[in-house]
Amino acid sequence: MVAAIRVPRSQRAKRELLKHAPKLVETGKKTLILHGTKTSAVLNSVLSDIYHLKRDNAVKYTKKNDNIRPFESGGETSLEFFSLKTDCSLIVYGSHSKKRPNNLILGRTYDHHIYDLVEVGVENYKSMESFVYDKKLAPKLGSKPFFAFIGEHFETSEELKHLKEVMLDLFKGEVVENLNLAGVDRIYVCTAISPTSVYMTHCSLRLKRSGTSIPRMELVEVGPSMDLVVRRHRLPVESLKKEAMKTADPAKKMKNVTKDPVHGKLGKVYMPDQEVGKLTLSNDIKGLKRERREAKKNKEHSKKQKVNPE
Amino acid sequence: MTDPIAATSNYEVDLGNLMAYDPSHHVTAAASNRAELREACLQKATELAQAVADVLFALSPNEDRDGPIVRLPPPATRLPREKHLPKPKPPTKWEQFAKMKGITKHKKNKREWDEQTKSWKRTYGYDRVNDDRDIPIIEAKATDEPGVDPFAQRTEEKKKRVEKQEKNRLENLKRAAKVGALPSHIQLAAKALPITGIKADLPKKSRKEDLESVAGMASTATASGGKFDESYLVRNLQSILANIESFSLWLKEKELVAKRNSNMTKS
Repeated sequence: MVAAIRVPRSQRAKRELLKHAPKLVETGKKTLILHGTKTSAVLNSVLSDIYHLKRDNAVKYTKKNDNIRPFESGGETSLEFFSLKTDCSLIVYGSHSKKRPNNLILGRTYDHHIYDLVEVGVENYKSMESFVYDKKLAPKLGSKPFFAFIGEHFETSEELKHLKEVMLDLFKGEVVENLNLAGVDRIYVCTAISPTSVYMTHCSLRLKRSGTSIPRMELVEVGPSMDLVVRRHRLPVESLKKEAMKTADPAKKMKNVTKDPVHGKLGKVYMPDQEVGKLTLSNDIKGLKRERREAKKNKEHSKKQKVNPE
Repeated sequence: MTDPIAATSNYEVDLGNLMAYDPSHHVTAAASNRAELREACLQKATELAQAVADVLFALSPNEDRDGPIVRLPPPATRLPREKHLPKPKPPTKWEQFAKMKGITKHKKNKREWDEQTKSWKRTYGYDRVNDDRDIPIIEAKATDEPGVDPFAQRTEEKKKRVEKQEKNRLENLKRAAKVGALPSHIQLAAKALPITGIKADLPKKSRKEDLESVAGMASTATASGGKFDESYLVRNLQSILANIESFSLWLKEKELVAKRNSNMTKS
């Protein structure tokens, strides 16, 4: 039986699919923001604020989603499907229930399968709109943020250590090599106030003159700010973690090849020592006259014949 | 307040992520007093931001039209990948064979001289060299069979070659899929959405043909696997013959009836 194959019909569809292909060096993750069957006003606002912060690289679902229970087996199926469909690998899922009010699940996927999960409750929430500041200071969309983590619990407490990594992954934005210093304008501040809870806020950075080349930093809170209380969390499986942490081998440095604007590609060739002194000379040396060469050969021939009868 | 220089050395700064971490600081303000907590946090965060900026702005920038641009070091905090590393494509059957034989690929010219039309033509594609459309006459050979259209034969042969290549391509794709190195814009239709979990584990719905073939096998199956069975024909020869006889009788009867009817219409 011949298996049918599916290929995109248009070049545009093909380009779109190629964007989903695994890359050697990844530049950034997309975020999927969605909620369950029930949400609260607080949670709606939290989700839209997170979407606003990550608007350049996020997908927000507005419909209710049932059957999403990432911590239970089988409850992650549709989440993994959405991750595949939208090509997102960071997931923010909001749900609200009596047992877990204002519940936010932050998850990451690897190869469109759940990698790890942290469940946090949102308390003392202040939305972005409630902050009053000079709108000129508002951070630009997609700018690379600073991070400040404060408190020993981020090292000692297992939950917060995990949460720190997830928060960093969630908000770090695009991975860049070159940074424009003029674009530095925001910072996320996370303070551990207890072994399970974090006070998180988002501030705008102002660069003030200090008299030296290094500017003086000033923070203006622009929100949102909230307390995140860790409820459940699931660390990645060790084997999966090992797999996911793999990085591409750095390209091998080309030796002895240089590029020149005039001559183009130039290469240096090193010859090993030819060791002419150790060279064994063969009998039929072209330098000799023919008579001598033949005489020499005959001489050796007769020698051999003499040896053989004995 | 502590000495700022001494405090700076305690921070862990990860410049690749623009992150600073102060593991020693403990927030003294009670969580209940929000204003105090906020003040304390912002003050500490300013120090941390300054710590990052001290390192960041000390890097030598490249002046650009948009502003000074610095090269960041790779991040110290390693984060997991989003997808697996791209896998190398396995060699196709032809590539394997070519390697074994030492055949190397060489480039062809885009245009070639066409003897048919005495002109330069494309090597491939529309209006190419040796195009079927340019052959007005195919000379007859002694081995030609009469009644065969040589033009039709030519197109048929071409069609077969194309089909064969398509089959080979599919085989190569299947082998690539086994290793998981299928080009990402191609999906084998057998599994359009590679989802694991409940959906994938469900058994595939059986098709009608599958069921029928199984039922057929079951109806003729014996415990010995057919070792001691006489063939179906031998065993049922008599009943088959009887069937044929009755069928021929029925045919004759039908003919008679038809004849009678035609006679009636004539008269």
